[in-house]
Amino acid sequence: MEFFRIRKDIPFMRHALVFNIISLITFLAAVFFLATKGLHFSIEFTGGTLLEVAYTQAPDLEKIRKTLEADGFADPQVQNFGSSRDVLIRVPLAKNTESAKVGERVIESLQKVAGGTQSAGAGDTAANAANTPTLKRVEFVGPQVGKELAEDGALALLLVIIGIVVYLAFRFEWRFAVSAIIANLHDVIIILGVFALFQWEFSLPVLAAVLAVLGYSVNESVIVFDRVRETFKKKRGLTTPQVLDHAITSTISRTIITHGSTQMMATSMLIFGGAALHYFAMALTIGILFGIYSSVLVASPLVMWMGVSREQFIKAKKDKPEGTTDDGACV
Amino acid sequence: MNRYPLWKNVTVVIALMLGLLYTLPNFFGEVPAVQVSSVKVTIKIEPRLLSRIEDVLKAAGVAHNGLYADQNSIRVRLADSDSQLKAKDAIERALNPDPTDASYSVALNLLSASPKWLSDMHALPMYLGLDLRGGVHFLLQVDMKGAITKRLDSTAADLRSLMRDKNVRHAGINREGQNIAIKFREADLREKAKAVLADNQPDLLLVEAQDGTDLKLVATLKPEAHKRIQEFAIKQNITTLHNRINELGVAEPVIQQQGADRIVVQLPGVQDTAKAKDILGRTATLEVRMVDDEASDNPAVMDLAMKGQPPVGTEYFVERGGRGLLVKKQVVLTGERLTDAQPGFDSQTQEPAVHLTLDSAGARIFKDVTRESVGKRMAILLIEKGRGEVVTAPVIRTEIGGGRVQISGRMSTVEANDVALLLRAGSLAAPMDIIEERTIGPSLGADNIKKGFDSTIWGFAAIALFMSSYYLLFGLVSVLALSANLLFLVALLSLLQATLTLPGIAAIALTLGMAIDANVLINERVREELRGGSSPQASITAGYERAWSTILDSNVTTLIAGVALLIFGSGPVRGFAVVHCLGILTSIFSSVVVSRGLINLIYGRRRKLDKLSIGQVWKPGAESTAAGVAK
Repeated sequence: MEFFRIRKDIPFMRHALVFNIISLITFLAAVFFLATKGLHFSIEFTGGTLLEVAYTQAPDLEKIRKTLEADGFADPQVQNFGSSRDVLIRVPLAKNTESAKVGERVIESLQKVAGGTQSAGAGDTAANAANTPTLKRVEFVGPQVGKELAEDGALALLLVIIGIVVYLAFRFEWRFAVSAIIANLHDVIIILGVFALFQWEFSLPVLAAVLAVLGYSVNESVIVFDRVRETFKKKRGLTTPQVLDHAITSTISRTIITHGSTQMMATSMLIFGGAALHYFAMALTIGILFGIYSSVLVASPLVMWMGVSREQFIKAKKDKPEGTTDDGACV
Repeated sequence: MNRYPLWKNVTVVIALMLGLLYTLPNFFGEVPAVQVSSVKVTIKIEPRLLSRIEDVLKAAGVAHNGLYADQNSIRVRLADSDSQLKAKDAIERALNPDPTDASYSVALNLLSASPKWLSDMHALPMYLGLDLRGGVHFLLQVDMKGAITKRLDSTAADLRSLMRDKNVRHAGINREGQNIAIKFREADLREKAKAVLADNQPDLLLVEAQDGTDLKLVATLKPEAHKRIQEFAIKQNITTLHNRINELGVAEPVIQQQGADRIVVQLPGVQDTAKAKDILGRTATLEVRMVDDEASDNPAVMDLAMKGQPPVGTEYFVERGGRGLLVKKQVVLTGERLTDAQPGFDSQTQEPAVHLTLDSAGARIFKDVTRESVGKRMAILLIEKGRGEVVTAPVIRTEIGGGRVQISGRMSTVEANDVALLLRAGSLAAPMDIIEERTIGPSLGADNIKKGFDSTIWGFAAIALFMSSYYLLFGLVSVLALSANLLFLVALLSLLQATLTLPGIAAIALTLGMAIDANVLINERVREELRGGSSPQASITAGYERAWSTILDSNVTTLIAGVALLIFGSGPVRGFAVVHCLGILTSIFSSVVVSRGLINLIYGRRRKLDKLSIGQVWKPGAESTAAGVAK
């Protein structure tokens, strides 16, 4: 079986401007949503208390919310998590209260709700037990931790960017390094933009997914650039856009198969991973899809605009000692 | 010809066998067990206890599947949870005759069911994180400012008595924030004080200052003293937490320092956060009191005291060694006056001893008391949960001055170590705040394992199906290489005893999804060589060789991201990063070396090879496609 039966090079570069405009629009939209809506940070970043409780019957969320407010919790978020019987409660950090105790107090309030729906007779335990919440998970994060996490996340991102630029500049040429990183940062912004648009929860695993995808989709650009370099060296008389077209066309089957395989894993996580892995897998999915697009259709035009040419590689070739094979190409 | 030299084949085989061996313990699951550990620092787990527990079990008629002793605990492996409960009750009764004053904690636990020879090779199952097994996680912040302030307060008191001793008149000593200010009326007094302080308080940095008409000397702690106090505070808090958690009877607690001023506490299996918090935050104190010798030597009074009627103003305690004694209620000194306790030896008798260091106020009190009570006995008590225990009750031989106290007599080296630790570990050196807390129910943990496992398996299955139908035999080899990758990764994680979390499982899945890239690169390259008209054997060689540098490049960029996460990530992200980085390394080996080994095994020896089973190789122009599907 062979999926990709391409006779001629696909003229991607002829439409380079169109792709760049599409990218720019998506990018600006992402920035717009980030600026107006902002990310919905998980309590790992904001600080606060989170409780996951399971009821035997679907509870009345509004009632839980009202009781919590009546018990002095400012702005509690109550929502279903996975099923209608599982409830996720978020209580933001409050000043002047011993925050470490919030979890216990919330439980007390919840038991009151459960008890209140039944006649609170002492002997009526069977009826009471019918819908008492069982605690599945409590998380409490203090304010200092959240701030540090945000800082560490930003530092990690910075380190990834610097590391990749330095590595690519060393292995290829600064033009490749710069355009690869721009193309993939554009992915990161778009992932964040989608998370802002839909107000999906941005948690630590999502951050991990974003950074992992950044490292992963840069290698997509690396593979295209590898082929660009090889083509420049081997084939004379081609214009730069033609070289880029050839490189993209000859790597496209690998690009799609590899990303398809990785996406199978991400999809499997979306289906079987449950709520805990949902947004992680979601970030991966967006990252993989835009990774294909950006490394092929954003990075390559950027290299072209920056004026990559054959001479840059021919010169480099002379420096190489005799007999080394450094074409390292692929597909 | 595509053949590996012998050493390469041997390497692959050995790597696979090691991988299998270290992955193996994860498949055995767990069996019920009872874990016995010491609650009191003074009681050690000894080999003798092992035979004692064995006897207890024999007497109770509970069959066990083996007893294991390590430094801190004894574990008894049992056949089922029914005998586990029976064994726990029997051991509890035998070891802790008095339930209110338990010496050992007897806890239910799970042990790996892997055979002993595997455990002996350090082939242990992966350690499951709290999100997979359920339990409580705390992140505690040690209040370093509090520790420093506490220290400065006691230093200020020391300075006052020092000035008095050396006859230096001052106009007030006060702690002002993180400094101590000493006021003087005359300049030469200040000079004198400076000399005295330089001799006696090497930790202080002195700066002269003028405040209106007052002359001042501002003392601050030197940076190295600062650092020492902080290190001491965190170390002591960890020791104290250790002792307290042992008492909870938690199996395999994790207590670790994180960063400069934080402590992570993880208690697997514990669900009662309130109780855990109570224990973590509890304070224990040391007290020095006088023994009522006359009453203690009077058998009639002692009889009454044992029945719970001690004479007025005294309390009845049982000394270590079993002898009862009456101790006066009046407290001579408390642990707050203790600055350090170190094990050592008596300089004259060479007997093991514990050296205590008191602060200057404590030293003065101690000096006065000992002068007045030569020949009498003094009791050193540890008060915890409102109940006291006499650690030791030595006879005072001479007046003891200078704040250096030595406890000796009837002690072994081990005991001396323990008492020193106990005295130091009695209370927290600095207050702590809980800044992060996580409780995960056991059902959620099991649920998370299932979800992570399912995601990985189904994702893997999808990739395997696609690869083997698209690349046929080469695809199958890729899938085998990917399985080898999974094997190596799990083996490595088990070997390193890394903690597996849900993000860690997600990272395994993701790593597998990304690792297939290398094999796709190779297979596509081989196809391309075939398309270019190379012979099958040459295509294999060229395919692997040319794909190598690309595989290296793409893995390096991914590894850069992984390392960044490893450096800056904390908690769940760290678990993700560890697996991700290890996975990249194992994938390079398995996708290149292992898969090539397999391909060589299949095709390497055939001289007449005209087709490779790598799926259809489509050639532009030749529509009647030469199908490369053979055999």
